[in-house]
Amino acid sequence: MLAVPVQALFGQLLIGLINGSFYALLSLGLAIIFGLLNVINFCHGALYMLGAFVAWFLLEKAGIGYWGALILSPLAVGLFGALMERLLLRRLAGLDALYGLLLTFGIALVLQGLFSNWFGSSGLPYEMPPQLQGGQNLGFMFLPNYRVWVIGVSLVLCLGTWAVIERTRLGSRLRAATENATLVSAFGINVPRLVTITYALGVALAAIAGVLAAPIYRVSPLMGADLIIVVFAVVVIGGMGSILGSIVTGFSLGVLEGLTKVFYPEASNTVIFVVMAIVLLVRPAGLFGKQA
Amino acid sequence: MRIALAAAAAALTLSQSARAEFSDKVIKIGVLNDQSGLYADLAGQGSVTAAKMAVEEMGGKIGDTPIEVIFADHQNKPDIGSNIARQWIDVDHVDVIVDVPTSSVALAVNQIVKDKNKVFLASGPASSDLTGKACSPNTVHWTYDTWALAHTTGKAEVDAGGKTWFFLTADYAFGHALERDTTEVVTKAGGKILGGVKHPLNATDFSSFLLQAQASKAQVIGLANAGGDTINSIKAAAEFGIVKGGQKLAGLLVFAPDIHAIGLQTAQGLLLSESFYWDRDAKTRAWSKKWAEKVGGNRKPSMVQAGVYAAVLHYLKALKVLKSDGDGKAVVEQMKKMETDDPAFGKGKIRVDGRKMHPMFLYEVKAPSESKGPWDYYKPIKEVSAEEAFRPLELESDCPLVATAKK
Repeated sequence: MLAVPVQALFGQLLIGLINGSFYALLSLGLAIIFGLLNVINFCHGALYMLGAFVAWFLLEKAGIGYWGALILSPLAVGLFGALMERLLLRRLAGLDALYGLLLTFGIALVLQGLFSNWFGSSGLPYEMPPQLQGGQNLGFMFLPNYRVWVIGVSLVLCLGTWAVIERTRLGSRLRAATENATLVSAFGINVPRLVTITYALGVALAAIAGVLAAPIYRVSPLMGADLIIVVFAVVVIGGMGSILGSIVTGFSLGVLEGLTKVFYPEASNTVIFVVMAIVLLVRPAGLFGKQA
Repeated sequence: MRIALAAAAAALTLSQSARAEFSDKVIKIGVLNDQSGLYADLAGQGSVTAAKMAVEEMGGKIGDTPIEVIFADHQNKPDIGSNIARQWIDVDHVDVIVDVPTSSVALAVNQIVKDKNKVFLASGPASSDLTGKACSPNTVHWTYDTWALAHTTGKAEVDAGGKTWFFLTADYAFGHALERDTTEVVTKAGGKILGGVKHPLNATDFSSFLLQAQASKAQVIGLANAGGDTINSIKAAAEFGIVKGGQKLAGLLVFAPDIHAIGLQTAQGLLLSESFYWDRDAKTRAWSKKWAEKVGGNRKPSMVQAGVYAAVLHYLKALKVLKSDGDGKAVVEQMKKMETDDPAFGKGKIRVDGRKMHPMFLYEVKAPSESKGPWDYYKPIKEVSAEEAFRPLELESDCPLVATAKK
């Protein structure tokens, strides 16, 4: 058991990377939302689930397949997020972050409860698009095409988002608004709209992750709840609100988890939290966070 | 909290002193299962409905004593399940606890019910220890157990030539029991276990474990897990080309709602065994239709839900004869004396160790082209008689009740 051949290890590293890309995509959205809105978005998992369900609805009710869903689902969930921000979250602006946490946690429970009630807890099947079925035999493992696609999409989205925030005009305004909202609005920039856009963007990323996950796992009301705790650990380890931190931590923790599954599978659900505890002891602001 | 404890203690003293014919003038049935997690579809509210159907069939009361059904969510956690069971018995005067999927919770409840001399009708849990070393004079294990799964699905795979095995095992009482019982079948037939992985309950991604199974080059990958874990294992196995690569999957515990979630395209050809399938005969179809009308939507009952119905029905029949529910041991004894008969499982009996005896059925999952529509999923392969499917008493039982009965 312990003598793991090198070839098998490669396979495990690759799988870790695939799971890591989900962590990265989700924690990235969380980091953006926390960084710019100071909201701990606990309904992120539920919105990821919503993304998958929208894809399922599109297929069942409108005959729109995977590729359409990849565009339409984040749009729909983004719109839902924008409404949520306008109608609910905005009222909590300026209050302690705990209030936002409670509100979004409540929304998550409501969404999960509704979908569990409507669809049961076992979930619904969602077939893989035919273009991405099959896989490559790499010699040391059989690599499904779809998983390669997931890594690719996730990397492009992560780097793209990072570039938008760090390198574009919109991004610099966003960052400025976080630093000092009053001053930025004095320059004639519509800060409330900026905040809505940011929130919608963050949750749209979760919805894309949901659509990506639908063919691999299943469309299930609990899919987000299973993942969200791990993703929060990733954000905390990376440093709350650090965009690059969340991307790097997401991928590397996926790999770490993958390795644990080989050497001591019983601990694979806990290893991330062990790392979190250690990081919090040594660097309370997280690996990439700014020390307060 | 302190007040609640004091109240519980007071209630305990009361309930011990007051034993009328039917204790506290109501027969209270508590359905304890997973209402919100990975086993909620195969048990959950569907089990509560099934229990209520049995109560309705008995006219809602026995003599003048009304029957009441309550339920709670144990969240698959033994500590939560134990607390509810204690509170139900001590404070709420529950007479019988029903269902309890998740073997770790069931084993805890089993002990509590025995200590307090109530009745436990187990339908959801799988561990064969409930009628083995943990057997109790207060427990009836109705629907299936790990020994039966190993000796139907497991044996069928071995007979078909699967001699080398690798296990994916859910890391708790149920998974361990299922792996142990299947290992016995495999090694007895001259097969070999090449290795295994114990994964946490409710794991999300199984590709990593499957890759290890693939590297072992075992002919059969035994899935000693259930519910969402099995669904994800089977989906990932298809994606990573494990079935195409010539290795076979043995879903040791698969329920009809699981197949519904996987889809026939991926699940086709899978062997599985159940003691109840909605489409087995005219009686099961009629009962399932009645059940579906009550829960609403296009759903079919799982064998766990059918087991809850049948067990409660038989329990109530025993109460009718006994005219008393105070002494749990006496009620179970009465249940063992009477032959069982219900539309879901047909005629059967309950053995001295608490095991309900009925045949198990081996099925193969249909290909999409063979299925006539949603929920038309299985084609029957063979019927395994109760004596063959369940652990024989004479040779292997480590249940203390069996030894006493022999003397």
